[in-house]
Amino acid sequence: MTGPFLKLREIRKSFGDNEVLKGVSLDVAQGEVVSIIGASGSGKSTFLRSINAMEMPQSGFMEFGGYSFDYRAESRFHPTQAQLQSLRAEIGMVFQSYNLWPHMTVLQNVIHAPMMLRGQSKADATAEGEALLSRIGLYEKRHSYPGRLSGGQQQRVAIARALAMKPKLMLFDEVTSALDPELVHEVLTLMASLAADGMTMLLVTHEIAFARDVSNRVLFFDQGVMAEQGPPDVVLKNPESPRLRQFLHRILHDAPSSEAQA
Amino acid sequence: MNQLFGDIALYGPGFMRAAWLVLWLTVLTIIVSWICGLAAALAQRSDYRILRGIAGFYIWFIRGTPALVQIFIIYFGLPQLGIRLSPFTAGVIALGVNSGAYVAEIIRSGLSAIHKGQTESALAIGFSHAQTMRTIILPQVFRIILPSITNESISTLKNTSLLSAITVVELTLYAQTLISATFRPFDFYIAVAVIYLALTSVLTQLANWLERRYTRLS
Repeated sequence: MTGPFLKLREIRKSFGDNEVLKGVSLDVAQGEVVSIIGASGSGKSTFLRSINAMEMPQSGFMEFGGYSFDYRAESRFHPTQAQLQSLRAEIGMVFQSYNLWPHMTVLQNVIHAPMMLRGQSKADATAEGEALLSRIGLYEKRHSYPGRLSGGQQQRVAIARALAMKPKLMLFDEVTSALDPELVHEVLTLMASLAADGMTMLLVTHEIAFARDVSNRVLFFDQGVMAEQGPPDVVLKNPESPRLRQFLHRILHDAPSSEAQA
Repeated sequence: MNQLFGDIALYGPGFMRAAWLVLWLTVLTIIVSWICGLAAALAQRSDYRILRGIAGFYIWFIRGTPALVQIFIIYFGLPQLGIRLSPFTAGVIALGVNSGAYVAEIIRSGLSAIHKGQTESALAIGFSHAQTMRTIILPQVFRIILPSITNESISTLKNTSLLSAITVVELTLYAQTLISATFRPFDFYIAVAVIYLALTSVLTQLANWLERRYTRLS
Protein backbone atom coordinates (compact mmCIF):
# COMPACT_ATOMS: atom_id res chain seq x y z
CA MET A 1 0.00 0.00 0.00
CA THR A 2 1.25 3.40 -0.89
CA GLY A 3 -0.86 6.04 0.82
CA PRO A 4 -0.11 9.70 0.49
CA PHE A 5 3.30 10.88 1.67
CA LEU A 6 1.68 13.37 4.00
CA LYS A 7 -1.91 13.10 5.04
CA LEU A 8 -3.85 15.64 7.07
CA ARG A 9 -7.50 15.29 8.01
CA GLU A 10 -9.88 17.83 9.50
CA ILE A 11 -7.17 19.84 11.23
CA ARG A 12 -8.68 22.35 13.64
CA LYS A 13 -7.00 24.99 15.73
CA SER A 14 -8.31 27.87 17.80
CA PHE A 15 -6.54 30.60 19.67
CA GLY A 16 -8.97 31.50 22.43
CA ASP A 17 -12.31 32.19 20.80
CA ASN A 18 -10.74 32.65 17.42
CA GLU A 19 -11.02 29.52 15.29
CA VAL A 20 -8.11 29.82 12.89
CA LEU A 21 -8.38 26.42 11.20
CA LYS A 22 -11.85 25.05 10.67
CA GLY A 23 -11.09 21.51 9.60
CA VAL A 24 -8.54 21.39 6.80
CA SER A 25 -7.63 18.17 4.98
CA LEU A 26 -4.79 17.64 2.55
CA ASP A 27 -2.88 14.83 0.89
CA VAL A 28 0.59 15.48 -0.47
CA ALA A 29 2.44 13.05 -2.70
CA GLN A 30 6.18 12.50 -2.47
CA GLY A 31 8.06 15.07 -4.52
CA GLU A 32 5.07 17.34 -4.78
CA VAL A 33 5.47 21.09 -4.39
CA VAL A 34 2.42 22.73 -2.86
CA SER A 35 2.00 26.49 -2.52
CA ILE A 36 -0.42 27.95 -0.03
CA ILE A 37 -1.76 31.43 -0.68
CA GLY A 38 -4.30 33.54 1.12
CA ALA A 39 -4.75 36.79 3.00
CA SER A 40 -3.08 37.25 6.36
CA GLY A 41 -5.23 35.70 9.05
CA SER A 42 -6.57 33.07 6.67
CA GLY A 43 -4.89 30.31 8.68
CA LYS A 44 -2.27 29.34 6.11
CA SER A 45 0.74 29.72 8.41
CA THR A 46 -1.03 28.01 11.28
CA PHE A 47 -1.82 25.13 8.96
CA LEU A 48 1.80 24.83 7.88
CA ARG A 49 2.95 24.93 11.50
CA SER A 50 0.44 22.29 12.54
CA ILE A 51 2.15 19.78 10.25
CA ASN A 52 5.24 19.55 12.47
CA ALA A 53 3.17 20.33 15.56
CA MET A 54 4.79 23.71 16.14
CA GLU A 55 1.13 24.56 16.60
CA MET A 56 -0.61 21.65 18.23
CA PRO A 57 -3.98 21.08 16.52
CA GLN A 58 -6.96 20.69 18.82
CA SER A 59 -8.53 18.15 16.54
CA GLY A 60 -7.71 16.21 13.41
CA PHE A 61 -5.30 13.62 12.17
CA MET A 62 -1.82 13.72 10.74
CA GLU A 63 0.15 10.95 9.06
CA PHE A 64 3.68 11.28 7.79
CA GLY A 65 6.40 8.67 7.36
CA GLY A 66 5.99 6.28 10.25
CA TYR A 67 4.20 8.85 12.36
CA SER A 68 0.52 9.14 12.93
CA PHE A 69 -0.67 11.82 15.28
CA ASP A 70 -4.33 11.50 16.11
CA TYR A 71 -5.48 14.72 17.69
CA ARG A 72 -9.14 13.76 17.87
CA ALA A 73 -10.54 14.10 21.36
CA GLU A 74 -11.61 10.46 21.59
CA SER A 75 -8.08 9.22 20.88
CA ARG A 76 -6.74 10.96 23.99
CA PHE A 77 -3.47 11.18 22.17
CA HIS A 78 -0.81 13.65 23.11
CA PRO A 79 2.55 13.36 21.36
CA THR A 80 5.45 12.72 23.70
CA GLN A 81 8.45 15.00 23.74
CA ALA A 82 10.46 12.26 21.98
CA GLN A 83 7.82 11.81 19.25
CA LEU A 84 7.70 15.54 18.64
CA GLN A 85 11.46 15.77 18.42
CA SER A 86 11.90 12.89 16.00
CA LEU A 87 9.02 14.09 13.79
CA ARG A 88 10.45 17.60 13.65
CA ALA A 89 13.93 16.27 12.89
CA GLU A 90 12.54 14.80 9.66
CA ILE A 91 10.71 17.94 8.59
CA GLY A 92 12.75 20.99 7.69
CA MET A 93 11.20 24.35 8.45
CA VAL A 94 12.28 27.78 7.27
CA PHE A 95 10.86 30.98 8.74
CA GLN A 96 10.16 34.48 7.55
CA SER A 97 12.72 35.92 9.96
CA TYR A 98 15.53 33.39 9.21
CA ASN A 99 16.13 32.79 12.95
CA LEU A 100 19.75 31.82 12.49
CA TRP A 101 21.59 31.45 15.78
CA PRO A 102 23.69 34.61 15.99
CA HIS A 103 26.29 33.26 18.43
CA MET A 104 27.35 30.57 15.98
CA THR A 105 29.16 30.87 12.66
CA VAL A 106 27.38 29.93 9.45
CA LEU A 107 28.99 26.50 9.48
CA GLN A 108 28.21 25.95 13.17
CA ASN A 109 24.58 26.82 12.46
CA VAL A 110 24.51 24.12 9.81
CA ILE A 111 26.29 21.34 11.72
CA HIS A 112 24.83 21.93 15.19
CA ALA A 113 21.69 19.83 14.80
CA PRO A 114 23.26 16.94 12.82
CA MET A 115 25.92 16.61 15.51
CA MET A 116 23.62 16.84 18.51
CA LEU A 117 20.57 15.06 17.14
CA ARG A 118 21.98 12.64 14.58
CA GLY A 119 25.16 11.91 16.48
CA GLN A 120 27.31 12.79 13.50
CA SER A 121 31.00 13.27 14.16
CA LYS A 122 32.28 16.79 13.79
CA ALA A 123 34.37 15.77 10.78
CA ASP A 124 31.43 14.19 8.95
CA ALA A 125 29.04 16.98 9.80
CA THR A 126 31.59 19.57 8.71
CA ALA A 127 32.25 17.81 5.40
CA GLU A 128 28.53 17.60 4.65
CA GLY A 129 27.89 21.10 5.91
CA GLU A 130 30.63 22.54 3.72
CA ALA A 131 29.23 20.68 0.72
CA LEU A 132 25.81 22.18 1.43
CA LEU A 133 27.28 25.65 1.79
CA SER A 134 29.09 25.20 -1.52
CA ARG A 135 25.82 24.26 -3.12
CA ILE A 136 24.12 27.44 -1.92
CA GLY A 137 27.17 29.47 -2.89
CA LEU A 138 28.17 30.52 0.61
CA TYR A 139 31.17 28.30 1.27
CA GLU A 140 33.41 31.37 1.62
CA LYS A 141 31.12 32.68 4.36
CA ARG A 142 31.28 29.53 6.47
CA HIS A 143 33.27 31.15 9.27
CA SER A 144 31.25 34.39 9.29
CA TYR A 145 28.63 35.16 11.87
CA PRO A 146 25.07 35.54 10.56
CA GLY A 147 24.98 39.22 11.49
CA ARG A 148 27.54 39.88 8.75
CA LEU A 149 25.36 38.39 6.02
CA SER A 150 22.63 39.97 3.91
CA GLY A 151 19.05 38.87 4.48
CA GLY A 152 19.08 36.73 1.35
CA GLN A 153 22.29 35.03 2.42
CA GLN A 154 20.93 34.42 5.91
CA GLN A 155 17.80 32.86 4.51
CA ARG A 156 19.85 30.59 2.25
CA VAL A 157 21.87 29.50 5.27
CA ALA A 158 18.61 28.84 7.13
CA ILE A 159 17.58 26.56 4.26
CA ALA A 160 20.97 24.82 4.37
CA ARG A 161 20.62 24.39 8.13
CA ALA A 162 17.31 22.62 7.61
CA LEU A 163 18.68 20.51 4.74
CA ALA A 164 21.61 19.35 6.88
CA MET A 165 19.16 17.17 8.80
CA LYS A 166 18.27 15.44 5.51
CA PRO A 167 14.56 16.13 5.89
CA LYS A 168 11.97 14.27 3.86
CA LEU A 169 9.71 17.30 3.74
CA MET A 170 10.40 21.01 3.75
CA LEU A 171 8.06 23.69 5.06
CA PHE A 172 8.62 27.30 4.02
CA ASP A 173 6.69 29.93 5.97
CA GLU A 174 6.71 33.18 3.95
CA VAL A 175 10.45 32.92 3.65
CA THR A 176 10.86 35.88 1.30
CA SER A 177 8.46 38.29 2.99
CA ALA A 178 11.10 39.94 5.15
CA LEU A 179 13.61 40.32 2.33
CA ASP A 180 14.42 43.40 0.30
CA PRO A 181 13.01 42.91 -3.20
CA GLU A 182 16.44 42.54 -4.80
CA LEU A 183 17.29 39.67 -2.45
CA VAL A 184 14.14 37.64 -3.04
CA HIS A 185 15.40 36.12 -6.26
CA GLU A 186 18.42 34.28 -4.82
CA VAL A 187 16.24 32.54 -2.22
CA LEU A 188 13.56 31.58 -4.73
CA THR A 189 16.24 30.23 -7.09
CA LEU A 190 17.52 27.96 -4.34
CA MET A 191 14.00 26.77 -3.55
CA ALA A 192 13.32 26.10 -7.22
CA SER A 193 16.46 23.99 -7.42
CA LEU A 194 15.34 22.00 -4.38
CA ALA A 195 12.00 21.41 -6.05
CA ALA A 196 13.76 20.31 -9.21
CA ASP A 197 15.72 17.78 -7.15
CA GLY A 198 12.48 16.18 -6.05
CA MET A 199 12.16 17.58 -2.53
CA THR A 200 8.63 17.49 -1.19
CA MET A 201 7.79 21.05 -0.28
CA LEU A 202 4.95 23.05 1.21
CA LEU A 203 5.28 26.78 1.07
CA VAL A 204 3.21 29.64 2.33
CA THR A 205 3.96 32.48 -0.04
CA HIS A 206 2.93 35.77 -1.51
CA GLU A 207 5.12 35.17 -4.55
CA ILE A 208 2.38 34.36 -7.02
CA ALA A 209 4.77 34.04 -9.96
CA PHE A 210 6.90 31.57 -8.05
CA ALA A 211 3.85 29.59 -6.99
CA ARG A 212 2.76 29.44 -10.62
CA ASP A 213 6.14 28.40 -11.99
CA VAL A 214 7.36 25.94 -9.39
CA SER A 215 4.41 24.32 -7.65
CA ASN A 216 2.35 21.36 -8.73
CA ARG A 217 -0.59 22.57 -6.77
CA VAL A 218 -1.83 25.79 -5.25
CA LEU A 219 -4.10 25.99 -2.22
CA PHE A 220 -6.11 29.09 -1.45
CA PHE A 221 -6.93 29.57 2.22
CA ASP A 222 -9.76 31.80 3.26
CA GLN A 223 -11.07 32.31 6.79
CA GLY A 224 -9.70 29.05 8.13
CA VAL A 225 -10.75 26.75 5.33
CA MET A 226 -9.11 25.61 2.13
CA ALA A 227 -11.42 27.45 -0.22
CA GLU A 228 -9.91 26.36 -3.50
CA GLN A 229 -7.14 24.11 -4.74
CA GLY A 230 -5.76 22.76 -7.96
CA PRO A 231 -2.97 23.09 -10.51
CA PRO A 232 -1.51 26.61 -10.60
CA ASP A 233 -2.72 27.24 -14.14
CA VAL A 234 -6.28 26.63 -13.09
CA VAL A 235 -6.32 28.20 -9.65
CA LEU A 236 -4.31 31.28 -10.54
CA LYS A 237 -5.64 31.91 -14.03
CA ASN A 238 -9.27 30.90 -13.68
CA PRO A 239 -10.18 31.20 -10.03
CA GLU A 240 -13.67 29.98 -9.22
CA SER A 241 -14.47 31.94 -6.12
CA PRO A 242 -14.88 35.72 -6.06
CA ARG A 243 -12.75 35.81 -2.89
CA LEU A 244 -9.78 34.32 -4.71
CA ARG A 245 -10.31 36.62 -7.69
CA GLN A 246 -10.31 39.58 -5.31
CA PHE A 247 -7.24 38.31 -3.51
CA LEU A 248 -5.27 37.77 -6.72
CA HIS A 249 -6.31 41.11 -8.03
CA ARG A 250 -5.18 42.82 -4.89
CA ILE A 251 -1.86 41.07 -4.65
CA LEU A 252 -1.00 41.42 -8.36
CA HIS A 253 -2.04 45.03 -8.82
CA ASP A 254 -1.54 46.74 -5.48
CA ALA A 255 1.65 45.13 -4.28
CA PRO A 256 4.64 47.37 -4.87
CA SER A 257 7.21 44.59 -4.68
CA SER A 258 8.48 42.10 -7.21
CA GLU A 259 5.12 40.37 -7.25
CA ALA A 260 3.77 43.26 -9.28
CA GLN A 261 5.96 42.30 -12.22
CA ALA A 262 4.72 38.75 -12.21
CA MET B 1 58.71 56.03 53.85
CA ASN B 2 60.69 53.59 55.89
CA GLN B 3 57.68 53.04 58.08
CA LEU B 4 55.56 52.19 55.02
CA PHE B 5 58.02 49.55 53.88
CA GLY B 6 58.26 48.27 57.39
CA ASP B 7 54.47 48.02 57.64
CA ILE B 8 54.25 46.18 54.34
CA ALA B 9 56.88 43.70 55.45
CA LEU B 10 55.13 43.26 58.78
CA TYR B 11 51.46 43.22 57.81
CA GLY B 12 51.67 42.45 54.07
CA PRO B 13 51.53 38.65 54.35
CA GLY B 14 48.53 38.80 56.66
CA PHE B 15 46.69 41.11 54.29
CA MET B 16 47.60 38.85 51.39
CA ARG B 17 46.05 35.88 53.17
CA ALA B 18 42.94 37.91 53.97
CA ALA B 19 42.70 39.14 50.38
CA TRP B 20 43.07 35.59 49.16
CA LEU B 21 40.20 34.57 51.43
CA VAL B 22 38.09 37.37 49.97
CA LEU B 23 38.76 36.12 46.45
CA TRP B 24 37.95 32.58 47.43
CA LEU B 25 34.72 33.66 49.16
CA THR B 26 33.79 35.68 46.08
CA VAL B 27 34.36 32.82 43.65
CA LEU B 28 32.33 30.34 45.72
CA THR B 29 29.59 32.90 46.30
CA ILE B 30 29.36 33.65 42.58
CA ILE B 31 29.00 29.94 41.83
CA VAL B 32 26.19 29.59 44.37
CA SER B 33 24.53 32.75 43.09
CA TRP B 34 24.55 31.55 39.47
CA ILE B 35 22.99 28.25 40.46
CA CYS B 36 20.30 29.99 42.52
CA GLY B 37 19.81 32.70 39.93
CA LEU B 38 19.50 30.36 36.96
CA ALA B 39 17.15 28.07 38.86
CA ALA B 40 14.97 31.00 39.94
CA ALA B 41 14.97 32.59 36.47
CA LEU B 42 13.91 29.31 34.82
CA ALA B 43 11.37 28.63 37.56
CA GLN B 44 9.81 32.02 36.88
CA ARG B 45 9.14 30.93 33.31
CA SER B 46 7.91 27.50 34.32
CA ASP B 47 4.47 26.19 33.42
CA TYR B 48 4.03 25.19 37.05
CA ARG B 49 2.49 27.87 39.20
CA ILE B 50 4.10 26.47 42.35
CA LEU B 51 7.60 26.92 40.91
CA ARG B 52 6.79 30.44 39.77
CA GLY B 53 5.45 31.14 43.25
CA ILE B 54 8.56 29.87 45.00
CA ALA B 55 10.85 31.85 42.69
CA GLY B 56 8.76 34.98 43.12
CA PHE B 57 8.80 34.69 46.90
CA TYR B 58 12.55 34.08 46.93
CA ILE B 59 13.31 37.17 44.88
CA TRP B 60 10.82 39.30 46.79
CA PHE B 61 12.20 38.22 50.17
CA ILE B 62 15.87 38.60 49.30
CA ARG B 63 15.53 41.97 47.61
CA GLY B 64 13.34 43.28 50.41
CA THR B 65 15.58 42.44 53.36
CA PRO B 66 19.13 43.57 54.24
CA ALA B 67 21.95 41.20 53.35
CA LEU B 68 23.30 41.46 56.89
CA VAL B 69 20.01 40.21 58.34
CA GLN B 70 20.06 37.30 55.88
CA ILE B 71 23.59 36.44 56.98
CA PHE B 72 22.50 36.53 60.64
CA ILE B 73 19.51 34.27 59.89
CA ILE B 74 21.79 31.66 58.31
CA TYR B 75 24.63 31.86 60.83
CA PHE B 76 22.85 32.68 64.12
CA GLY B 77 19.29 31.61 63.29
CA LEU B 78 19.70 28.17 61.75
CA PRO B 79 21.52 26.62 64.77
CA GLN B 80 18.27 27.08 66.71
CA LEU B 81 16.75 24.65 64.17
CA GLY B 82 19.68 22.31 64.63
CA ILE B 83 21.59 23.38 61.51
CA ARG B 84 25.04 24.49 62.54
CA LEU B 85 27.35 25.88 59.86
CA SER B 86 30.89 27.18 59.99
CA PRO B 87 31.17 30.96 59.53
CA PHE B 88 32.76 30.40 56.12
CA THR B 89 30.03 28.04 54.87
CA ALA B 90 27.24 30.15 56.32
CA GLY B 91 28.78 33.20 54.69
CA VAL B 92 29.04 31.64 51.24
CA ILE B 93 25.49 30.32 51.41
CA ALA B 94 24.01 33.57 52.69
CA LEU B 95 25.83 35.78 50.18
CA GLY B 96 25.24 33.30 47.35
CA VAL B 97 21.52 33.05 48.02
CA ASN B 98 21.38 36.82 48.35
CA SER B 99 23.18 37.54 45.11
CA GLY B 100 21.21 34.76 43.37
CA ALA B 101 18.03 36.82 43.56
CA TYR B 102 19.71 39.68 41.70
CA VAL B 103 21.28 37.27 39.21
CA ALA B 104 17.82 35.82 38.61
CA GLU B 105 16.51 39.25 37.67
CA ILE B 106 19.48 39.82 35.38
CA ILE B 107 18.98 36.46 33.65
CA ARG B 108 15.25 37.15 33.34
CA SER B 109 15.93 40.42 31.53
CA GLY B 110 18.45 38.63 29.30
CA LEU B 111 15.97 35.87 28.45
CA SER B 112 13.31 38.39 27.52
CA ALA B 113 15.76 40.05 25.13
CA ILE B 114 16.05 36.89 23.01
CA HIS B 115 13.67 36.81 20.05
CA LYS B 116 11.20 33.94 20.29
CA GLY B 117 12.21 32.87 16.78
CA GLN B 118 15.42 31.55 18.32
CA THR B 119 13.55 29.00 20.40
CA GLU B 120 11.20 28.31 17.53
CA SER B 121 13.90 27.46 15.01
CA ALA B 122 15.63 25.19 17.53
CA LEU B 123 12.47 23.30 18.45
CA ALA B 124 11.46 23.02 14.79
CA ILE B 125 14.72 21.28 13.90
CA GLY B 126 14.17 18.72 16.65
CA PHE B 127 15.93 19.99 19.75
CA SER B 128 14.36 19.44 23.15
CA HIS B 129 13.51 22.39 25.36
CA ALA B 130 16.56 21.66 27.52
CA GLN B 131 18.92 21.42 24.53
CA THR B 132 17.46 24.64 23.15
CA MET B 133 17.97 26.44 26.43
CA ARG B 134 21.49 25.12 26.94
CA THR B 135 22.95 25.47 23.44
CA ILE B 136 20.91 28.23 21.79
CA ILE B 137 19.34 30.53 24.37
CA LEU B 138 21.68 30.67 27.37
CA PRO B 139 24.87 31.28 25.36
CA GLN B 140 23.17 34.34 23.86
CA VAL B 141 21.79 35.43 27.23
CA PHE B 142 25.25 35.15 28.74
CA ARG B 143 26.66 37.59 26.19
CA ILE B 144 23.85 40.06 26.77
CA ILE B 145 24.04 40.03 30.55
CA LEU B 146 27.82 40.02 30.92
CA PRO B 147 28.05 43.72 31.91
CA SER B 148 25.28 43.37 34.52
CA ILE B 149 26.81 40.17 35.82
CA THR B 150 30.13 41.99 36.21
CA ASN B 151 28.47 44.64 38.34
CA GLU B 152 26.79 41.98 40.45
CA SER B 153 30.10 40.14 40.92
CA ILE B 154 31.75 43.34 42.09
CA SER B 155 28.92 43.87 44.58
CA THR B 156 29.41 40.33 45.77
CA LEU B 157 33.10 40.90 46.30
CA LYS B 158 32.44 44.04 48.33
CA ASN B 159 29.65 42.35 50.29
CA THR B 160 32.10 39.77 51.63
CA SER B 161 33.09 42.49 54.10
CA LEU B 162 29.71 41.90 55.78
CA LEU B 163 30.99 38.49 56.81
CA SER B 164 33.25 40.25 59.32
CA ALA B 165 30.09 40.35 61.44
CA ILE B 166 30.05 36.55 61.72
CA THR B 167 33.76 36.13 62.48
CA VAL B 168 35.03 35.29 59.02
CA VAL B 169 38.52 36.77 59.12
CA GLU B 170 38.42 38.38 55.70
CA LEU B 171 40.03 41.73 54.94
CA THR B 172 37.76 43.95 57.01
CA LEU B 173 37.84 41.89 60.17
CA TYR B 174 41.54 41.29 59.79
CA ALA B 175 42.08 45.03 59.67
CA GLN B 176 39.88 45.51 62.72
CA THR B 177 41.95 43.08 64.73
CA LEU B 178 45.13 44.91 63.73
CA ILE B 179 43.52 48.27 64.55
CA SER B 180 42.54 47.16 68.03
CA ALA B 181 46.18 46.28 68.64
CA THR B 182 47.83 49.27 66.98
CA PHE B 183 45.21 52.10 67.22
CA ARG B 184 45.90 53.09 63.60
CA PRO B 185 42.40 52.94 62.06
CA PHE B 186 43.08 55.42 59.27
CA ASP B 187 46.15 53.61 57.99
CA PHE B 188 44.63 50.18 58.03
CA TYR B 189 41.19 51.05 56.65
CA ILE B 190 42.89 52.92 53.80
CA ALA B 191 45.05 49.86 53.20
CA VAL B 192 41.92 47.69 53.16
CA ALA B 193 40.20 50.06 50.72
CA VAL B 194 43.20 49.97 48.39
CA ILE B 195 43.20 46.18 48.41
CA TYR B 196 39.45 46.00 47.66
CA LEU B 197 40.00 48.48 44.87
CA ALA B 198 42.76 46.33 43.41
CA LEU B 199 40.56 43.23 43.58
CA THR B 200 37.53 44.88 41.96
CA SER B 201 39.78 46.36 39.26
CA VAL B 202 41.13 42.93 38.41
CA LEU B 203 37.58 41.60 38.24
CA THR B 204 36.55 44.44 35.93
CA GLN B 205 39.51 43.81 33.64
CA LEU B 206 38.65 40.12 33.50
CA ALA B 207 35.05 40.95 32.58
CA ASN B 208 36.16 43.42 29.91
CA TRP B 209 38.34 40.76 28.39
CA LEU B 210 35.45 38.27 28.40
CA GLU B 211 33.19 40.86 26.86
CA ARG B 212 35.60 41.60 24.05
CA ARG B 213 36.00 37.90 23.45
CA TYR B 214 32.31 36.99 23.38
CA THR B 215 30.54 39.96 21.92
CA ARG B 216 32.04 40.03 18.45
CA LEU B 217 28.76 38.76 17.02
CA SER B 218 26.17 40.96 15.30
